[in-house]
Amino acid sequence: MSDFFKTSVPSSTSPDLAARKEAVMNSVRSEIALANAQELMNKTNEKCFAKCVTKPSSSLSSTEETCLTRCLQRYMEAFNIVSKTYTARISKERETS
Amino acid sequence: MDNTKFDESTQKELQTFLDREQAQARLHSSIHNLTSMCWDKCITSTPGNYFARGEESCLANCVERFLDTSLFMVKVIEQQRQSIGQ
Repeated sequence: MSDFFKTSVPSSTSPDLAARKEAVMNSVRSEIALANAQELMNKTNEKCFAKCVTKPSSSLSSTEETCLTRCLQRYMEAFNIVSKTYTARISKERETS
Repeated sequence: MDNTKFDESTQKELQTFLDREQAQARLHSSIHNLTSMCWDKCITSTPGNYFARGEESCLANCVERFLDTSLFMVKVIEQQRQSIGQ
């Protein structure tokens, strides 16, 4: 009976174990968040450089910098639109199947 | 960190957690790819303070049509496979 309770209530494990579990989960979460941010940085860098710096000169011009700033904002917006459309479609497909 | 093993229920819990995080990461990676692809297709003007006319709807359509394409391709391949099998 006591064994049954042990396995069915995970939160009853020792506080040390629970803390280690939390630590593992948090490190996984932050690693994934970091990878996501890096991916977004790489993409915006690549896309906005292609769009805004068409003819590289000795330094970035103010026009190029304005373009890069706006491009970054638009790319984030595009990411959100794609994300919303994609997840909406996925849940729709899941409902019908 | 001491290296005593997690008990069985904790291991199971962590496995479920990892599965879910992995699924989430796969989803994010598809969204990154789609954004990149649809950006190239839809954003033709120099980036301004707002999207140009039609760019926003193009992005949404791009995602929908890409998924339609993937479903359609499966159907075509399935049909071809059946006609060869006969």
